Amino acid sequence: MASNYTLVTDPHPLYGKLTLDSFPYHDPVLVTTFAAVVIGSIGILGAITYFGKWKYLWKEWFTTVDHKKIGIMYIITSLIMLIRGFSDALLMRSQQAMAVASESGAGYLPPEHYDQIFTAHGVIMIFFVAMPFIVGLMNIIVPLQIGARDVAFPFLNSLSFWLFVVGALLINVSLFVGEFAATGWLAYPPLSGVDYSPWVGVDYWLWSLQISGIGTLLTGVNFVVTILRMRAPGMTLMKMPVFTWTSFCANGLIVVAFPILTVTLTLLTLDRYMGTHFFTSDMGGNQMMYVNLIWAWGHPEVYILILPAFGIFSEITATFSRKRLFGYTSLIWATVVIMLLSFVVWLHHFFTMGAGASVNAFFGIATMVIAIPTGVKLFNWLFTMYKGRVEYTSPMWWTVAFFLTFSIGGMTGVMLAIPAANYVLHNSLFLVAHFHNVIIGGALFGYFAGLTYWFPKATGFKLDETLGKWACGFWTVGFFLAFMPLYVLGFMGMTRRLNYYDNPVWNDWLMVAGLGAVIILFGILTQFYQIFASIRDHKKNRDLTGDPWDARTLEWTTSSPPPFYNFAKIPHVRDRDHFHDLKKYGLAHKRPESYERIHMPKNTWAGIVISGFSLVMGFAMVWHIWWMAIAGTLGMLVSWIVYAFERKKDYYVEVAEIEAIEEKRYGKLKKGQELERTGQQPGKDGAADDAVAISI
Amino acid sequence: MVNLAKTLVVVSLTVLLSACDFKLFDPKGPIAEGQMDLLIISALVMLIVVIPVTIMGVWFPIRYRKNNTKQEYKPDWEHSNVIEAIVWTIPILIIIALGIITYTTSYSMDPRKPIESDKEPMVVQVVAMDWKWLFIYPEHEIATVNEMAIPVDRPIEFLVTSDTVMNSFFIPRLGSQIYAMSGMENRVHLMASEEGTYEGLSANYSGFGFSGMRFKAIATSEVGFDEWVKKVKSSANPLDEATLKQLRVKSRDVKPIHYSSVNPLLFSEIIEQYAGALDGQ
Repeated sequence: MASNYTLVTDPHPLYGKLTLDSFPYHDPVLVTTFAAVVIGSIGILGAITYFGKWKYLWKEWFTTVDHKKIGIMYIITSLIMLIRGFSDALLMRSQQAMAVASESGAGYLPPEHYDQIFTAHGVIMIFFVAMPFIVGLMNIIVPLQIGARDVAFPFLNSLSFWLFVVGALLINVSLFVGEFAATGWLAYPPLSGVDYSPWVGVDYWLWSLQISGIGTLLTGVNFVVTILRMRAPGMTLMKMPVFTWTSFCANGLIVVAFPILTVTLTLLTLDRYMGTHFFTSDMGGNQMMYVNLIWAWGHPEVYILILPAFGIFSEITATFSRKRLFGYTSLIWATVVIMLLSFVVWLHHFFTMGAGASVNAFFGIATMVIAIPTGVKLFNWLFTMYKGRVEYTSPMWWTVAFFLTFSIGGMTGVMLAIPAANYVLHNSLFLVAHFHNVIIGGALFGYFAGLTYWFPKATGFKLDETLGKWACGFWTVGFFLAFMPLYVLGFMGMTRRLNYYDNPVWNDWLMVAGLGAVIILFGILTQFYQIFASIRDHKKNRDLTGDPWDARTLEWTTSSPPPFYNFAKIPHVRDRDHFHDLKKYGLAHKRPESYERIHMPKNTWAGIVISGFSLVMGFAMVWHIWWMAIAGTLGMLVSWIVYAFERKKDYYVEVAEIEAIEEKRYGKLKKGQELERTGQQPGKDGAADDAVAISI
Repeated sequence: MVNLAKTLVVVSLTVLLSACDFKLFDPKGPIAEGQMDLLIISALVMLIVVIPVTIMGVWFPIRYRKNNTKQEYKPDWEHSNVIEAIVWTIPILIIIALGIITYTTSYSMDPRKPIESDKEPMVVQVVAMDWKWLFIYPEHEIATVNEMAIPVDRPIEFLVTSDTVMNSFFIPRLGSQIYAMSGMENRVHLMASEEGTYEGLSANYSGFGFSGMRFKAIATSEVGFDEWVKKVKSSANPLDEATLKQLRVKSRDVKPIHYSSVNPLLFSEIIEQYAGALDGQ
């Protein structure tokens, strides 16, 4: 922890800044957590060894370039990081619920610890929960929705994933070796500069975001190319499913916005490591430059998170209203307009920095203009339900929860966008309530809806519906209890990031907020139990037909889980709702007369190995262990070169193998259709193969 | 209409809880008052969309539920020019209205804009330090820490800078906050219209002592202010080089301090020590 260990100013040639002091062995809480993590890890590693699963993991998962498996790994990592990020939230809520005092030292968390927690909470929730969750869903679904066999650059996809994992690992290492940044999640200089934060926390922040950010950038390039170049014949841009459209816009934003992050982090790194003065408060440095740059990335980032969620709601509303999506064209244009506008609003994050009235007015109005296409989208979903036959499945529950929460977030967003009003709302708990309102009610509820909706596609069985509805209920009630008080507290003049406060009235509201957080905890526990119970009962929830929801788009034409090549024959698309179109004319599940061999990418060790070296490099840079940093960098370069010289990067799946797989698939389908006709549960006949073994 | 709604909102909030807890709805100066109006107007205008969305979000899925086969079912209906026109026009009109409000208030309530008054504005210089606020009164050649006083009904021009990392100078009941940044002078014009002691704070996280960066803002009569100045002057505690050096050491939860005299150029000297301000221009 920042103040507890001695500052090493002169790094040792062998260990850098690492000393025995860097390990928080004197902090019982961290030692216990660490022990639990070590015991847990040994348990998991031991189990893998005992069951002889290393080879399986390496061959089927770690080296895979299959977009579906990579997507599943993204989501698993995201859910694990959600535990970490939410624990931080509980710590903060409980600290604030008990910290009424006029002097430092109230509650159970001193500022040195508490400030790391709110920093870690923000960083983890945005970069390591929300981002991998949506990137994971895009990975699983986008290629299937456009009728492709994989993404455009399968190896890059694997590299992206493992670079992201390295970022997540680094941030978790900081919990036990050294400390994390205590600067707030965007680490404004000069506070994040070496003069005010000489410890390694900010360095962990820098390298963890830099490495995972490069991964995200590669993902963006990959998906833009995939969506532009690999659509099935007949699928023109205006016939793409909405989720693919919104993913396309989100990835376009990644490609334009993430380089800004990369550069900003690099400049701050130079300031901290090389003594440059881009953002310091003297020697010509300019802190305002950093704030502008980081938000020029940061604002598009929130649209990267929310746009795909909008796509998910569009798919779900249409499917469960049993109706075509209302106003497809205007929805697409609304998305494109939001994408473009998201680049001209970044200054609304700091009206109070003191730009002139003209500048503030421009950015305020530009921000409000975004509310127009967003409002249109809401109405489009509502009119999709209008004159439909709405079925209350749990994805639909999440969607209705979204309608009820998100519009409030939109309202408070517009209030914040008025510069003159922003001068009293900025950095208050009103702001905190607002962005949780849109990120939880908008993005996260969308991801949960998408997870439930596409879970059978990825795994071959559905998630338990009842538990899903309970989870949605807990989350929604918990959300209102946790964040409405924060709006109120904002009106009472409470600012964010307070470690203690002396106003007892605030305490009542913070208690309510704490209660809300506990109810959200029930929601999360329900979700984990839901996943566990659904795996346990997977035979009962099995999806034999590949179309468990009677859905409309291309991804549901193939089996659940899809074969590794996705489609034995690349489909020809005539209609926006391709699968619905096929079903309507009795053309669904038509067996092709013959198959052709399929060209597929080979698995590769390169993604995980290159990323492994980047972990070595990142950790070494944090601790100023120069020899190790050089070794890590060389390792990355050499392994990349070795990979580049590999000749066999692809192979053909022969017709005989395809026929065998498809034979099985049609057997399953027939059984599924029969069960559907007779209205039986798939589990009852104890038939067929194990659905958990996700796509061979 | 707006006034009626405003009164309703304020009254209901007052009933809900003692209104003085809601600092933003209990303004003590013209700027904060204007901001309260803005909050209420913008929220009400946005409700024009939020309320129908909420109602439709509940009503449509219930009315068009699967089992309710009495309702019309149009599975291929996907477009309506009338609805499209309405759902684009209404948000556009709302945003035009709010855009006009935004534009005018950005100018009329610009923190740099002097407040109209027949009284001469008074200058108070504000320096954010680790972790306390230093107030310099150049006219009176006094300085204080974590406590300041201003005469009621006299416009105050706060000149704000930082001797450390970024902070934000904010007295919620008086209105607008402004960032305090080293090497730079920021400005905010505020005025108190009622006597009282108001809480001031830093709204921008600035490190471990951030939560304790609070100060008392005393709004008092001209006479009361003169007495306060006298009291500060009589403290026999000059802010000299040595004291300043001591003040620069990081400290938390600092109790108010009075300095009987101060170098009147101190504020600009603090700015100038971050040479970047000069080189950068």
